[in-house]
Amino acid sequence: MTTLVFVEHHEGEAAKGSLGVLAKAASLGGDVAAVVAGENVRGVAEGLGAHGASRVYVADDAALAAPLPQPRVDVLARLVQDEGIGTVLFAASVLAADVAAGLAARLGAGLNWDLVELESRDGELVGTTLAFDDTAKVEVGWKGEPRIGLVRSGSFEPAPGDGGAPDLRDVPVEVDDWSRSTAMLEQAHEESSGPSIEDADVIVAGGRGLGEPEKFALLEELAKALGGAVAATRAVVDAGWYPYATQVGQTGKNVAPKLYVACGISGAIQHKVGMQSSGTIVAINKDPNAPIFEYADLAVVGDLHEIVPKLTELVRQRRS
Amino acid sequence: MKIAVCMKEVPDAAAPKRLDPGTKRLDRSVEGALNDFDTHALEEALRVKDGAADTEVVVVSMGPAKAAESLRKALAMGADRLLLVSDEGAAGSDLLATAAVLAKALERESPDLVLLGQQAGDSDGAVLWAALAERMRLPMISQAASLELDGGKARSKRQTEYGYDVLEAPLPAVVAVSDAINEPRYPSLKGIMGAKKKPVDTVSLADLGVDAGEVGEAGSRTTVVGTGDPPPRGETQRIEDEGGDSAEKIAAYLQERKLV
Repeated sequence: MTTLVFVEHHEGEAAKGSLGVLAKAASLGGDVAAVVAGENVRGVAEGLGAHGASRVYVADDAALAAPLPQPRVDVLARLVQDEGIGTVLFAASVLAADVAAGLAARLGAGLNWDLVELESRDGELVGTTLAFDDTAKVEVGWKGEPRIGLVRSGSFEPAPGDGGAPDLRDVPVEVDDWSRSTAMLEQAHEESSGPSIEDADVIVAGGRGLGEPEKFALLEELAKALGGAVAATRAVVDAGWYPYATQVGQTGKNVAPKLYVACGISGAIQHKVGMQSSGTIVAINKDPNAPIFEYADLAVVGDLHEIVPKLTELVRQRRS
Repeated sequence: MKIAVCMKEVPDAAAPKRLDPGTKRLDRSVEGALNDFDTHALEEALRVKDGAADTEVVVVSMGPAKAAESLRKALAMGADRLLLVSDEGAAGSDLLATAAVLAKALERESPDLVLLGQQAGDSDGAVLWAALAERMRLPMISQAASLELDGGKARSKRQTEYGYDVLEAPLPAVVAVSDAINEPRYPSLKGIMGAKKKPVDTVSLADLGVDAGEVGEAGSRTTVVGTGDPPPRGETQRIEDEGGDSAEKIAAYLQERKLV
């Protein structure tokens, strides 16, 4: 029984999340293979032996140059069928989620997502997900094969082992016309400018609850008083209120400051995975049901527009 | 142009969410509400309609019959009609089974554009569009933070782990929008009154020609094995801003922990 791990990559580097899933798959025992799909990706494939893959399938083709899901579904569906693969695992990402769901629909396979743990129980694969804003644990299984699993960001750490060079196998790339009808006109590249939030001891973060972009000034004042940096949620970054370089969460940065002050942030899982390792989490939100209160150390129900300026003043007084 | 918007009813944010210990399914007997994320997809459709009056906006949903009440809000916002697939046999459907049903319902409508929100507020599922696009063999764009329709194509900017990219797909296409794409409108009083007269078409699986083996638990390929307590977490101290002294309390809390 082979477990196949989809290894995502960007600019020649395998994604850390994919390597974490690979390490987890290897720890469960059995035959573990990886698949790398893209253009000029042999370099990525060669490095995967050290992370737990005994065999790496390489789909190297210009049709896979853009990180788009539908051509990858064509490649993976064929690979799973040709090689009789029992389980396909993905580390959650924008691309991986779309590939996983497309593959599930193509193969009539079960997909469990947001997995935070995987184990083999009496020979059966059992996954754990945390439901309802992480207030309930649910154990999930699969009926039949292949089983498809999407693992929550940051659940597993890569474990560089002593594995040698993997056995590389080229796989045929045949992509349907309709699969390639979506085109990428511009491709993302990481923005390197802007203040680094990853090294800050204190982060003051803002979300949609700020109401308007100008209100980030309130957070900048508080951050300055606390000696920290300002961060933002995906929602406000996407809306153009604050730079992408400051975004915390699944499609942004993972941070672990000593103090994280969340202002007007509801606290969706995608945000949580990027900041849950913070030392102390203070959340200010006017919605008493905001999910962030479930994992904040100090939950403040109230209007941030009144509280933050007052808090800034008090912090300044105490520091002077 | 015809736009289909996939929307669903979820438990109201204030209602307790729990799994029924017997069926291991989400308890849907509580107060329901429209899934917030889906209203962004609807808003995007309504903006197209605002600019081109001959646009038809159809809401397509699957859920219990009572979901029609929550979904009526979509009609009040401005959607033209509702197609609700409601059938006991569909209860307990996983992603695969849900996609099978919705694809059939959407094929019946054959829209130029299928819009979805970015996530289900109850299951945190954020993958349905990809399964639907696969079933319908349509091009797909997900996480769209903008949407332009021009010359028979949909073009979107979207955020991934590596920054922003721009995608383009020929219509008909499936587009899942991010909640940053717009601010959904509130239903007007006129809209709320008018919604009562708008067509609500409730259909069964048989009406759609969906095979019973493809849906519900029979059509699902995932199972719930068990439930348990979530991992323990630290105590949350709560401050309700009643006396207007929250800032003082936060400052004291931070000082106690030597964070200021």
